[in-house]
Amino acid sequence: MTGHEKTLAAPSSAQAYFFKKHALMVAGVLVFVVLGGLCSYAVGFSPVTALQEFPNGLYWMSVHFMPGEDAPKALGKILSALFMSIMDSLAAAATAAVCAYICALIGSRTVGFGGIAQFIVRGIASIARNIPTVAWAFVLLACFKQNEFTGYLALFMKSFGFLTRTFLETIDEVPNGPIEALRASGASWFSIMTHAVIPLSMTQIISWLLYMFETNVRDATLVGMLTGTGIGFVFQMYYRSYRYGLSGLVIVCVAIMVIVCEVSSNYVRRRVK
Amino acid sequence: MSESLLRVDSLTKSYDGKTNALSDVSFSIEPGEFVALIGSSGAGKSTLLRCINRLIEPTSGVVTFDGKDMGSLRGKQLRIARRRMAMIFQGYNLVLRSNSLENVLQGRLGYKSSLAGALSIYTEEEKQSAFNALEQVGMEEFAYTRADQLSGGQKQRIGIARALVQDPLLILADEPIASLDPHSSTVVMDHLKRASKELGIACLVSLHQVEFALEYSDRVLCLSHGQFCCGGKPSEITPEVIASIYEEVEDGIAGVSAVQEGVTPVQRAGR
Repeated sequence: MTGHEKTLAAPSSAQAYFFKKHALMVAGVLVFVVLGGLCSYAVGFSPVTALQEFPNGLYWMSVHFMPGEDAPKALGKILSALFMSIMDSLAAAATAAVCAYICALIGSRTVGFGGIAQFIVRGIASIARNIPTVAWAFVLLACFKQNEFTGYLALFMKSFGFLTRTFLETIDEVPNGPIEALRASGASWFSIMTHAVIPLSMTQIISWLLYMFETNVRDATLVGMLTGTGIGFVFQMYYRSYRYGLSGLVIVCVAIMVIVCEVSSNYVRRRVK
Repeated sequence: MSESLLRVDSLTKSYDGKTNALSDVSFSIEPGEFVALIGSSGAGKSTLLRCINRLIEPTSGVVTFDGKDMGSLRGKQLRIARRRMAMIFQGYNLVLRSNSLENVLQGRLGYKSSLAGALSIYTEEEKQSAFNALEQVGMEEFAYTRADQLSGGQKQRIGIARALVQDPLLILADEPIASLDPHSSTVVMDHLKRASKELGIACLVSLHQVEFALEYSDRVLCLSHGQFCCGGKPSEITPEVIASIYEEVEDGIAGVSAVQEGVTPVQRAGR
């Protein structure tokens, strides 16, 4: 009997532990809700009004942005602009990846040139990355005027900054063993790069490159609006002239394209192992 | 005085400037000699091996290999010296995404220009020697198998083949069988022994398994707290001697050095 009772009573330390754990959970949720409420109040956002207005807005959108009978005629123009945007995104991601990979090899903590090179590479990447794409678009528009190159360049800057950062981390995570083995056999720096570092980092590099491509395709619309190129320009043209139906068509096309890009890049990712 | 293949004089290594991972270690190895290096974890075996080919820079002391002072070599000269002393690792250190043949051929990179090496341009002789090496370790049928498909023992045999194509005078083996089962261990040790006896390649092999050390080696060196405590022919290493190396582990002294060794020498070497 006594043995049976013993199994029921957990040590008091366990009770205290779980009480503390649950209290922390409740406190966390409370802080979240209160903070949300306070911030909404501060900016004059009322969740209740928003919910009431929402159906009306949705209705207006579905009526006005529904592609009308002029859609088939505009489709050709939209698709060719879309094609330009995809090409821009691909080119930006690909060239940025090559530049970023070289920079990352040089600036890597484990296999790079160390010291000053590391500092410079990380600095450049940081600048390219931390200036928002929108700001790049405006600055480059002023410098290079309105053409496809400006849109490409804006996407390139952001891709380069982001990829350099992620490639640096990927390369630093390459297992040290094979690199050590090649150094011990007397291999040169270049040989170590091509025989160990590049093959061992390649799957992740490809994965990041595909991610960059997807992001670029999404961003191309916004960058296009600002630099007057590609699909963004076409969207803005219709939008500004109150042809909401055609703007809606552009949005549908962009959404389909983004989904197709995502599905195909996921497919490639699975195949590369 | 006859010239030894490898001469180590008063080698000392300190990672933090206070405690010595190796202190005042001296020994020499003759061509074709099979030398086992035993000692508890953290005794300095890995550090010693890596100070010889300068994957780790010694703090002081002189390493003379094949008549050259290793400490004075820079850049290309160091690479040329390294290609005659191959290394084998506990973790195999293969490029797992490449196949066996490519891994073996990587042993030739030290002989190639940066461009030829980077572009994997190998001569017919080099390809032939890679297949010969694969055959010697009984792995020729796995030439085109990716390294991540191989078992531990097979990976280590590829590691040996990679060492053999370097045409080395000396093989440094850092606990080559520590992660292997007894059967694979025997196979790997047999291949190293054959390299030593038939090809005349000197081997310096660090081991945890005392019985393997006694069975295979011509000479045993015992390392304890970075210093040689004893050494000699396997027949001279009595159970009492072995107990004296390892009993300190139970006294907790090795526990201290194990904490100091918490960072592996490989990581500390940096770059």
